[in-house]
Amino acid sequence: MSFSVTDPSRGTKWFAGVMVVAYAIITILPLVWIIATGFKSPADAIAYPPKVVFEPSLEGYVNLFTTRTRVTEDDFAALPPPATWYEKVVRDQGMVIAGPSRYGERFLNSVIIGFGSTVLCMILGTAAAYAFSRFRVPLKDDLLFFILSTRMMPPIAVAIPIFLMFRQIGLNDTHLGMILLYTAVNLSLSVWLLKGFIDEIPVEYEEAALIDGYTRFQAFYKVVLPQAATGIASTAIFCLIFAWNEYAFAVLLTSGTAQTAPPFIPTIIGVGGKDWPAVAAGATIFLVPVMVFTILLRKHLLRGITFGAVRK
Amino acid sequence: MAEIVIRNLRKDFGAFNAVKSSSFTIADGEFFMLLGPSGCGKTTTLRMMAGLELPTSGEIYIDGEEVGMKPASQRDIAFVFQMFALYPHMNVGKNISYPLISQGMPRAEVKQKVAEVARILGIENILNRPVGGLSGGDRQRVALGRAIVRNPKAFFMDEPLGALDAEFREHMAEELRALHDRMGATTVYVTHDQLEAMQMGDKIVVMNHGVVEQFGVPQQIYDWPATRFVAEFIGSPPMNFLDFQGRVDAGAEKVMLGDSGFAVPRQQDGASGDLTLGVRPEHVRLSDAAPYRGEIVAAEYLGTTQIITLDTAFGRVKARTPSHEVVRVGDRTGLEFDARTLSIFDAGTGRALVSDANREALAHG
Repeated sequence: MSFSVTDPSRGTKWFAGVMVVAYAIITILPLVWIIATGFKSPADAIAYPPKVVFEPSLEGYVNLFTTRTRVTEDDFAALPPPATWYEKVVRDQGMVIAGPSRYGERFLNSVIIGFGSTVLCMILGTAAAYAFSRFRVPLKDDLLFFILSTRMMPPIAVAIPIFLMFRQIGLNDTHLGMILLYTAVNLSLSVWLLKGFIDEIPVEYEEAALIDGYTRFQAFYKVVLPQAATGIASTAIFCLIFAWNEYAFAVLLTSGTAQTAPPFIPTIIGVGGKDWPAVAAGATIFLVPVMVFTILLRKHLLRGITFGAVRK
Repeated sequence: MAEIVIRNLRKDFGAFNAVKSSSFTIADGEFFMLLGPSGCGKTTTLRMMAGLELPTSGEIYIDGEEVGMKPASQRDIAFVFQMFALYPHMNVGKNISYPLISQGMPRAEVKQKVAEVARILGIENILNRPVGGLSGGDRQRVALGRAIVRNPKAFFMDEPLGALDAEFREHMAEELRALHDRMGATTVYVTHDQLEAMQMGDKIVVMNHGVVEQFGVPQQIYDWPATRFVAEFIGSPPMNFLDFQGRVDAGAEKVMLGDSGFAVPRQQDGASGDLTLGVRPEHVRLSDAAPYRGEIVAAEYLGTTQIITLDTAFGRVKARTPSHEVVRVGDRTGLEFDARTLSIFDAGTGRALVSDANREALAHG
């Protein structure tokens, strides 16, 4: 056996393996729990000890997307047989479908507001970060500090002034209002992160493009942007996760048209008893877009695309 | 193909004055070296010529046209960066073709041009490779390819060999010079390496602290430095300096250092006070009979020659002699200087006094 400084020994490999598996279990278990609960019946969902093996049911998902009502036994018996599988699921609970729930709408609001603010934040953030990184901006350090200082208190601390302002100018409970709000909150983070990424891109690339006959703007989007893709992707994920999961502002500033999914999901509990499977189903579906977005951008999260192109 | 004229070029960065009123002319097809220590303003001068910096004042003419305030993209020049600056998200072929694409050249023509350039540089087999994994030499060739592919008016190179391994530099220097001779395009090359400048350049500008110290062909600059700085910067080991107090009259052919007299080229102007006699190490001969004495303090063996260090009454002197000459540290010996090669500097201004020998070389400055 030769001794190596860089190769891990068998003991440390084993230890590292145990740590990774343990950490994975700790983080994945709540997810598995939520996803499993979504497919349980209400009785199984609150069973103690918890049921690991259970008979899967789509009741949670059906309840999530519908509103239901009880009818008298005579009326119930007089109903024609259920026409669809989900009608049957509801009938089995002794209820009938009264109409669709508002989950779909709320989910769509989350998509519009979450992705809208992320895109806006990336456009503004990249432009600002590029300017801070490349140009002589007067009071640059003070401006950067000022931008960062917007993060020095919890955003919710300014909820009341924002509520009053929004009400005054008619942004209350609008998609635009929420997009602007989340963009404003996220912008400081994205400017700082993106400035770091752009600082790392050697200015020679742009100079080479200028010499090669391109304008400053062409040099920016043909040479700098592809180089910054990694940074933009990871910053976008951070921004999306914040906007997607944000709860407090959404509760305060939205109620009807622009309500997002996070404030809506808890209201499911109140409709017809504690319907945990429906809540879990709502949470599961809510997870999907962020996961898909992250998986799509995963390639860009792996750094090292520029490795070796410039000798330092 | 273009002549480049620099007139009273100046660049300030805030309070810092990077380039002070430089003027020189680069003839069409010349391989022109901008030489100086780091921070002397040579790179800033080149970047102003390329359009990557805007001059504070002064004019730059490329091919007769004043371009000082024009953007780089409109100057029709190529630039080779020290770090190559190959676009990392493109492969070799794409990198080389990129300047052509900006001109809107048809795809077939682009392909043909890239192939031609690749053949000249011997990189046909790597056109489809990403630039990330290339060796330093290949990266250098790709950077050159990107420069020559569109036949620009001039090539500007900022220490292009600086990032290469020592053994490879020599080879690339030859390749570069051969490429220049083949293309015949005006080339401006920035370096801090005096050997590189002498080896490759048709003409050299030596800069220091933002000022052009001397301008001329390599031999003139080496033999007849205009200032003490140039004499010290160029040559390894540099010129020897013997500081003395005295006077030189116009027409004099001899200077007195204390009691020792040295024959010098006939002086045109007189000077007195603090002066410096300059002599290149290869123009110092050891001779037992010579009256000017020194003690040998060190000898470095360099193969065919050796560098002997001597302490003399007017300062330390290094002599380059054939290595078969046997010397012993501690011995005292006499020194003779080759009279035709000596320069005298005014210690106050650092400038060389004009003599019959260096008059022509100094006239360019």
